[in-house]
Amino acid sequence: MSLFTIALKSIRQRLLASSLTALSVALGVALMIAVLLANNILQRTFNLQQFGYDLIVGPKGSQLELVLSTVYRIAPPIENLPWRYYEELKQNKQIATAVPVALGDRTEEGGFPILGTTVEYFNVPYAGERRFRTSDAWPKGKWESVVGSQVARENGWKVGQEFRMVHAGQDDHVHDERFTVVGILEQTGTPNDRTVFVNLEGFFAIAGHEKPVEEAIAREADFFGETYEEVSQRYASDIAEIKAHDHSSHDHEGHDHATPNLQKEVTAILIRMKSEEGKGYLAQTRAIEFSSKLREGFQAQAVNPMVPMQRLMTNLVGNVRQLLLYLTGVIIVVSGISIFVSIYNSMSDRRREIAIMRALGADRMKVFTIILLESITLCLAGGIFGILLGHGGLILLAPIIEAQSGLAIDPLLFDPKELILIPVVTALAVLIGFLPGLTAYRTDVAENL
Amino acid sequence: MSLELVNVKKSYREPNGDELPVLDIPKFSLQAEEQASLVGSSGGGKTTLLNIIAGITTPDSGSVVVSGTDITKLPEAARDRFRAERIGFVFQTFNLLPAFSALENVLLGMSFSRGKVDRAHARELLGEMGLSQRLSHLPGQLSVGEQQRVAIARAIANRPQLLLADEPTASVDPTNKQTVLDLISKVCADHKISLLVVTHDPEIAGRFPRTVPIAEINTVMQPA
Repeated sequence: MSLFTIALKSIRQRLLASSLTALSVALGVALMIAVLLANNILQRTFNLQQFGYDLIVGPKGSQLELVLSTVYRIAPPIENLPWRYYEELKQNKQIATAVPVALGDRTEEGGFPILGTTVEYFNVPYAGERRFRTSDAWPKGKWESVVGSQVARENGWKVGQEFRMVHAGQDDHVHDERFTVVGILEQTGTPNDRTVFVNLEGFFAIAGHEKPVEEAIAREADFFGETYEEVSQRYASDIAEIKAHDHSSHDHEGHDHATPNLQKEVTAILIRMKSEEGKGYLAQTRAIEFSSKLREGFQAQAVNPMVPMQRLMTNLVGNVRQLLLYLTGVIIVVSGISIFVSIYNSMSDRRREIAIMRALGADRMKVFTIILLESITLCLAGGIFGILLGHGGLILLAPIIEAQSGLAIDPLLFDPKELILIPVVTALAVLIGFLPGLTAYRTDVAENL
Repeated sequence: MSLELVNVKKSYREPNGDELPVLDIPKFSLQAEEQASLVGSSGGGKTTLLNIIAGITTPDSGSVVVSGTDITKLPEAARDRFRAERIGFVFQTFNLLPAFSALENVLLGMSFSRGKVDRAHARELLGEMGLSQRLSHLPGQLSVGEQQRVAIARAIANRPQLLLADEPTASVDPTNKQTVLDLISKVCADHKISLLVVTHDPEIAGRFPRTVPIAEINTVMQPA
């Protein structure tokens, strides 16, 4: 009979106490798994590898705010950029793709952020090479929209659904124009899941979204460092058309017309730089160069979203994450202490058992080893059960969490850090088994027989 | 196997710091395959003597030679191994481990020697004790007599040369006493094992070929 079998027998003898102590380790480990997974989700959520662009070009201001509003859509946009600037960037030979986005409004139902953009937005892969997929169509028509999976789920929207949007600002004005859902995006596990995408032309065409002519001229003159007259001259035909077709004099019923470029504004422009590896130009290098160049001017800023997000992650979210990990570490240690107390308390009842084994010829090291094996077995069984419990619990909870928060959770996602848990639990077991083992080692045989 | 004790002394320290001598045995021996009983009233040092012969307790001085090996000279771990391989022990209260079945209790007796754990031999011994149908029973599921028989099987599981029995019938009812004593005696004779039984009961002591009153060999017990 091996020492391990003897240890197992002893565990079985105190089955209830042993099970409870192993369970406490299991709960600690399961919690650790949950924290590691939450950590991964957090990391994935804030992992800008998912964001398929090299740079976000936006108005000067807070970099973090620009990222939070453009990528995560959880902050109001800073300001707007003239359409002409977007067109200039589109012509830039170093830029592969420039996608305009207009943000600020939200849905009347559910309050989901609305993003006006072009169909090109959906052509750029996210999270490596993953492609956007729609249930039906892309929003090519002016009043067409596709919605993220979470929006569709929470609002109960299907293709054909019409909706209105609430204007950004303090008045909560609901626009009269209605968009129609033409497609529902497949889940992406990104903020796109809770975003409503509308055709940019439609976004511009909403009453109140076009910038008043005078203001637009002044803004563009200021932005490009030109005179008011120079800008007026550049947009002479636009201005003439606007005057000839004054919106206030009639309603739009029955006809449609494009918004003049002068009155168009975008919140940000998403950029992918050209990569010419043969010539030694990498997109990242170009992005850095481009970003530095813009920093010199006063027009706009180009932000690599990684930078402010990394700062946020390190300074704020990182600390919370760290705290959570420490807390679960403490829980495991507390579980370890409970195992220690359980084994240590059982020692007084087991002196006789140990003395019998000694009388049968077991030397001190053998009885010490048996107690240590008990502790290791309990901790390891608890640890393995904890891993199963952690993942098993998440399998059950994942659909609920996903429905509540929109966070896509893969409960079977294995964090390599989980591998560290087993040696850590074993080390803990050795530590907590040491003192009871020592008590066994020192048991006086003659006195306890 | 022979056993020879020469000038074995043992004393304990009392709480007030005084030395309390419990054993002083100038000479005691047991021949190979001899069966003897050691009789005396409680407090006469019988159990201490048994523990010293088993190597569980070390004497303050003197030698305990078992089959030519002075076990007092052995380091503790070697003494433990010597006990596991050469000496069997039957306890007053059987000392079976409650979580282990009858068979496992016997296997446990084999686990601490260098020899292999021989399951077939363990079954055979339990069969010899009339417990073939009780192998997987836990001690709590066995009668007192059956428990004692498991304890005997465990004591001889490693084919020892010396069997020490400390009041082996103390927990057995009067009708079973004779059976247990006969069994121990027969098993030792069959397996060529020397036997030393410690008892306070002169009647039990008288059943063995040689009876040694503890007071006869322990000078501490003798009147000054």
